[in-house]
Amino acid sequence: MAFVVNFPLFAVVLCLICSVVSSVLPGRAARRLSLSLCALVAIGAALLLWYGVRTGAATTYLMGHYPHPWGNELYFGILEPLLLCVFAIVMGLCLLGGRKHLSEDLEDGKHRLYYVMSDLVLSALIVLCCTNDLFTGYVFIEICTISSCGLLMIRQIGRTTLASIRYMIFSLIGSGLFLLGVILLYAITGHLLMPNLKEAIGALYESGSYRIVLLSAISLITVGLAIKSGLFPFHFWMPDTYGYATPASGGILSGIVSKGYIFFLLRVIFRVFGTNVFYRSGVSNVLYVFGAIGIVVGSISALREKDVFRMIAYSSAAQIGYIYMGISLSPHLGVLAALFHILTHAFTKPPLFLSSAQLADVSGSRKRGDWRGAGHKNRLAALTFSICAFSMIGIPLTMGFVSKYRFAAAAFERASLLVPTLIVLALSTILNGWYFMRVVIALYMPAAEADAPRAKPGDRGVYAVSAIVFICLNIICGVAAEPLVLLLERGLALL
Amino acid sequence: MRELLLRLWDSRIAVAAVILFAVGFVTLLLHRNLLKKIIGLNIMDTAAYLLLTSLGYIENRLSPIIRSGETDPALYVNPLPAGLVLTGIVVSVSVTAVMLALTVRLYQRYHSLNLDEIYAMAQKEHGV
Amino acid sequence: MKKTGFLERFRAWDEDRFDLTERTTGDLNRPMRPAPTDRTVSDEPVQRLAAGEMRAFSRIYPILAAILGVVLIAFLLMTVYDLPPFGAANVPADNEVPARYVRDGMAETGAVNVVAGVILDYRAFDTLGESHVLYTALTAVLILLLSLRDAEPEPDPEDVLMRRDGILTTTAALLVPIIVLFGIYVLLNGHLGPGGGFSGGAIIGAGLILYAIAFGFTRLERMLNLKSFRIICLVALCFYSVSKCYSFFCGANGLHTIFSPGTPGRILSAGLILPLNIAVGVVVACTMYGLYSIFQRGRI
Repeated sequence: MAFVVNFPLFAVVLCLICSVVSSVLPGRAARRLSLSLCALVAIGAALLLWYGVRTGAATTYLMGHYPHPWGNELYFGILEPLLLCVFAIVMGLCLLGGRKHLSEDLEDGKHRLYYVMSDLVLSALIVLCCTNDLFTGYVFIEICTISSCGLLMIRQIGRTTLASIRYMIFSLIGSGLFLLGVILLYAITGHLLMPNLKEAIGALYESGSYRIVLLSAISLITVGLAIKSGLFPFHFWMPDTYGYATPASGGILSGIVSKGYIFFLLRVIFRVFGTNVFYRSGVSNVLYVFGAIGIVVGSISALREKDVFRMIAYSSAAQIGYIYMGISLSPHLGVLAALFHILTHAFTKPPLFLSSAQLADVSGSRKRGDWRGAGHKNRLAALTFSICAFSMIGIPLTMGFVSKYRFAAAAFERASLLVPTLIVLALSTILNGWYFMRVVIALYMPAAEADAPRAKPGDRGVYAVSAIVFICLNIICGVAAEPLVLLLERGLALL
Repeated sequence: MRELLLRLWDSRIAVAAVILFAVGFVTLLLHRNLLKKIIGLNIMDTAAYLLLTSLGYIENRLSPIIRSGETDPALYVNPLPAGLVLTGIVVSVSVTAVMLALTVRLYQRYHSLNLDEIYAMAQKEHGV
Repeated sequence: MKKTGFLERFRAWDEDRFDLTERTTGDLNRPMRPAPTDRTVSDEPVQRLAAGEMRAFSRIYPILAAILGVVLIAFLLMTVYDLPPFGAANVPADNEVPARYVRDGMAETGAVNVVAGVILDYRAFDTLGESHVLYTALTAVLILLLSLRDAEPEPDPEDVLMRRDGILTTTAALLVPIIVLFGIYVLLNGHLGPGGGFSGGAIIGAGLILYAIAFGFTRLERMLNLKSFRIICLVALCFYSVSKCYSFFCGANGLHTIFSPGTPGRILSAGLILPLNIAVGVVVACTMYGLYSIFQRGRI
């Protein structure tokens, strides 16, 4: 066993220790610690990914001296380190790109607490990506909930506090349902570790005993995690949460935290329920319906919104709908499309929030009507916004195009759902194009007043770094998508 | 019907737990008063732990503390749910503290505990 | 207040017709500090809405709640009907997992209390997460309620008021040492009997809170202020993480740890469980007291 397999354990412990240490450091040092932690996790995850690709096998890592079903374990193959790497990179870039607004939005003595929370979010995401145990998943889901709420509420204006409490309420409802589902599974199988659960659930499904409990456990766990990631009927917290958070938090919450829950759900589907049981249970059809409605409703709400931040947040609700639609389409191509879209969204939504914050600064307003000509005052932010908007619409050469193509390909695998899927895809592309292009065109219109003040260069440097990296990632993964899809495919086989 | 009721009576703790869970869930989701939402949250979590605890109980067995040195598994109740509940309780205490702090903060600003009212005031304040 | 029947009072409670503003102390009425950048928000607390300005949905909620509640209860009762019987042996949960915990737990972990062995050795990763949940919550509460203004030199008026109460101070003087001592006993005996870090820490925390209520914060502050508080949490949680990381690392790589189970039943036995219990207990006690202090006066 190579030494690199110890990385997830070290990463989790390091994140926890850094978060505790950050609480006694000055804000600037805490920020540097946090950024280096992100870099370290990204590098370690890349090494682990390389190890996984080379050996082509997944690793089960004992947390202690006892194997399943007695002790805790971690499990990782190719997908887990890949997503971990992406999450760490996106988090680091968000912290960099949102630095200017962080220093404005936070009270002076509380900067270090922000980085305490961001380290905790990272540790929770690592565990959600790698754990082999449902109850450990529950504990770290709660860490993720509280710490991401901390990232949100640290901007202390009334609306953000209000958004935090709504976010918290929906998150807690989700984790309550998830907990009840885990308890029911424990009642009928007597296990908490994923391999044993899968075996026991397969046996129960074959024998036909405890059918109702099994079905309700599956639906409770799925619905719980769907609520936490903001699927359609429960997306009402999203616009406030993402829209009024400080931009870095908005990026982190929409780009990676909700994806962490979705990826955990995917692992539960594949490693606990088994695709056979899950896709025959009918829960996937419910997910498909809500996903499809969520895409349309999210896009229409975004169309009606004047505040650009809230518009982007509603667009997030639609993207979550895409991911769930993909998951419910089919266990192979559909999930592949969903995974690719997770990456697309993680590389696209955070820069949208960050660049919108920059553009709102130069135009002095959050409303799209006031953004006329703002593109001439901050060219880089406008360029980032446009490229990410193209990616969201699905214009070729960007990642968004590849994921839309993948969704269409997945639809052909499920002949009965082909027509509705294609209709939803087409409709949402039109709507996406409509509301994003409206803003992009406004950005590049001649400015209304000629003598508008140019933005101070100030903290432009770090923002530029993060924006350029995001653009490069988006274009590279969009142009050379084939290796990435291949990697995802190999990872999916190991899940 | 009689059989159904008898069976439900046999698992009366689980029945109580799921009814409490539903009550807590609905309160948390739909009640407008923030403090009562928090009460609902606690009812919901505690009900889940009640169900979990009841899973570990086996009649006529001892608590899993091996004072006598006798280590026959058939003598003791299941220790795992107790450990899980202990973990869960700490989680729900933490979550309650955060919710209460948020409520205090909102009350300081808006002088109301009614979520609808607070929402309306926030909209008015920002001219939406 | 005019006399009313029970039902009337219940409805008033349910519809929030009590005026909370009159009853709260002065501290809560302090206006929220305006955030540095939010220029559109005024300093003053927002005006209350006029009656009827927002009651559009309030009639739907009870109906919705009733429907949702009934549906959920029916769904869950169907599930319960299908669950294994309560209190019986040979249910699915009574399998090889608890069997090994009970049969080999004492030899493998050294803990007489099997539950302590399970949460601090077999499933220690959960507990590592759990103690950090507490820390996360405390940090979140600090973010929200910590007031960054300098500490006022004079004691809080409530402190003075309460300190005059003879019954409280006498009882507290009698009880606090016993409570704290009992908490320490529960904490140190976690591997030998019922108890452990969480319960012991909660008892000690309750003792500290009682002390603060009876004698005011000023005396406690010499010992427990924000700085010492952070250092205690830092040391305890870092010790926890590092020692568990060591033992996980050894376990995963098939190495032998330096911690041995010892002789079960001795106070100094059970390897890491006793020090971990102490670390957890310290964190829990500090967090309980810290939460009380922040909620009470906005600082530790």
